[in-house]
Amino acid sequence: MTALVEARDLKRDYAVKRSPFVAPTTIHAVAGVSFDLAAGRTLAVVGESGCGKSTLARLVTMIEEPTSGTLKIDGNDVLGVDRALRQRLRREVQIVFQNPYGSLNPRQTIGSTLEEPLAVNAIGAAAKRRATVHAMMARVGLRPEHDRRYPHMFSGGQRQRIAIARALMLQPKILVLDEPVSALDVSIRAQVLNLLADLQSEFGLSYLFIAHDLSVIRHIADDVMVMYLGKAVEIGSRRAIFESPQHPYTRALLSATPVADPEAKKERILLQGEMPSPFNPPTGCPFHPRCALAVDHCRVEPPSNDLKHGRLVACWRV
Amino acid sequence: MSIIEIRNLSVSFASHSGAFRAVDGFDLTIAPNEIVAIVGESGSGKSVAMLAVMGLLPWTATVTAERMRFGQHDLMTLSAAERRRLAGRELGMVFQEPMSSLNPCFTVGFQLGETLKTHLGLDRAERRRRSIGLLEAVGITDPERRLSAFPHQLSGGMNQRVMIAIAVACRPKLLIADEPTTALDVTIQAQILDLLLRLRKETGMGVVLITHDMGVVAETADRVVVQYAGQQVESSSTRELFRDPHHPYTAALLAALPERAQQRVLPSIPGIVPGQFDRPAGCLFTPRCRFAFDQCRKAVPARAGAGLGRALCHTPLVAGTPQPQGVPA
Repeated sequence: MTALVEARDLKRDYAVKRSPFVAPTTIHAVAGVSFDLAAGRTLAVVGESGCGKSTLARLVTMIEEPTSGTLKIDGNDVLGVDRALRQRLRREVQIVFQNPYGSLNPRQTIGSTLEEPLAVNAIGAAAKRRATVHAMMARVGLRPEHDRRYPHMFSGGQRQRIAIARALMLQPKILVLDEPVSALDVSIRAQVLNLLADLQSEFGLSYLFIAHDLSVIRHIADDVMVMYLGKAVEIGSRRAIFESPQHPYTRALLSATPVADPEAKKERILLQGEMPSPFNPPTGCPFHPRCALAVDHCRVEPPSNDLKHGRLVACWRV
Repeated sequence: MSIIEIRNLSVSFASHSGAFRAVDGFDLTIAPNEIVAIVGESGSGKSVAMLAVMGLLPWTATVTAERMRFGQHDLMTLSAAERRRLAGRELGMVFQEPMSSLNPCFTVGFQLGETLKTHLGLDRAERRRRSIGLLEAVGITDPERRLSAFPHQLSGGMNQRVMIAIAVACRPKLLIADEPTTALDVTIQAQILDLLLRLRKETGMGVVLITHDMGVVAETADRVVVQYAGQQVESSSTRELFRDPHHPYTAALLAALPERAQQRVLPSIPGIVPGQFDRPAGCLFTPRCRFAFDQCRKAVPARAGAGLGRALCHTPLVAGTPQPQGVPA
């Protein structure tokens, strides 16, 4: 089976000018990430703020181009394709952003927000488009007669439904979900997660699910990629990651996530300090300054992603 | 003796379309060395209740309470000058967004020193010495250098530590932490919660932890108060609450957590929290409740006993089944 999204050693650098008197420095927001996303599967990307997960989302949705490495969507390398094909590929990948308060135009009715992707791509006549909009609104659990309303008339959960509906208007194969439920309350979060699961089985969607909440990921993901400072430190199936995490960072992340059970006994691995600044990344393994297992070798040579214990791990000590 | 005792606190806001009751009948008692969590979704009145305690509400708010006592002080009749002496000294507060609650125009050291100068009247050298000690206590490396840093030069986690250092600078008897870790990453969250637990142990202060994260509650709090649409729907010990929730809302909230789910479809709570204009007549949770019946739509429920988590429900749950409480069948 070929993967719908195939990323190999994907990199994205940004030149950042920090002061008018200093030459711009390059930061590696995504520093060599490889993964596959198969049809109908969910790949979850976890990491702390600044680890490059949102940059990865921008690369996969073709908002930005990778600095180096290859990204194949549906078998086509996004760097080498012509204009027409790129336009077609862009329809295949859609994105849902984190904050439903910021991602919808407050001056546009939601009917016209949802119709816009169809209008831009000249799909169907006006009446047909409106019918499609109404069908999609009903599908995501909104009332079709509300299509003349503005975003401020909806609650956070409903807005996120609108954002999901908008992403699905062009019948994409891949949906990039950038922290889709982290701005929502617990009771609403469950509604949206259920909707996402339903839509996935109905339309056979592939999800690239970006989140920092491990309990959500455990619920929804098939495969998990843990990122740290622009690199993937561990990639494996959900079972492999949650039941026997290997990389010390994955372990620390799992132990730091609060468990809603006061009687659960668990060991706490408290990480010291914070993620290093990407302007000045550590030599060798990026995790070594906070790692309890680090030895001299870790400070010198960056580990590669090797297959160990049935998953890819970038660590010398595993 | 308890540090703080609140009985029947209500807060309503005057708005163009009439009064809106944000907090309705709030009770809270905290003993020294105790961590009490207030849980609820946005708009449930958890922050407003604590802002009322601090006296930080705008003039549009009307606060009423049967009793609101902090130590020997009656917070309802306290003059503004007395309140200023209290807040920051015996009553500390940590706000949700560290980036926006520190003043961007002053250094961290100045803001820390301000508290020490106002409340303790320390001189310059002593303030500096104490500030360094405080920053060290909250786990900031290289504290001498950080004193002259501005908030924008520090990360979110660092700023939150500074906020906590300011709040505990005068060794308060009560610390109110309003979503202290919501804006932070999990590894930093773990560090901050660890810090709060350690400070509690060292100083014996009481802590009110406002949060919506059930995981944080389970790991840190001794007791829990669940808020829904301004009302306190359940309060009990953390263990008891997680083992056997008595209010249908608490039960549904716990069931909706992905980590407690047994199957792919999460048991979600339909609908949304009622707003100002769509408040139901009887129990406020009726439109979303699985167990609602006629009585719930008509009459406001009475509070159940302490054994049933003081649940605000006509038929509190025991082991997931509603128990009629003298309700005519």
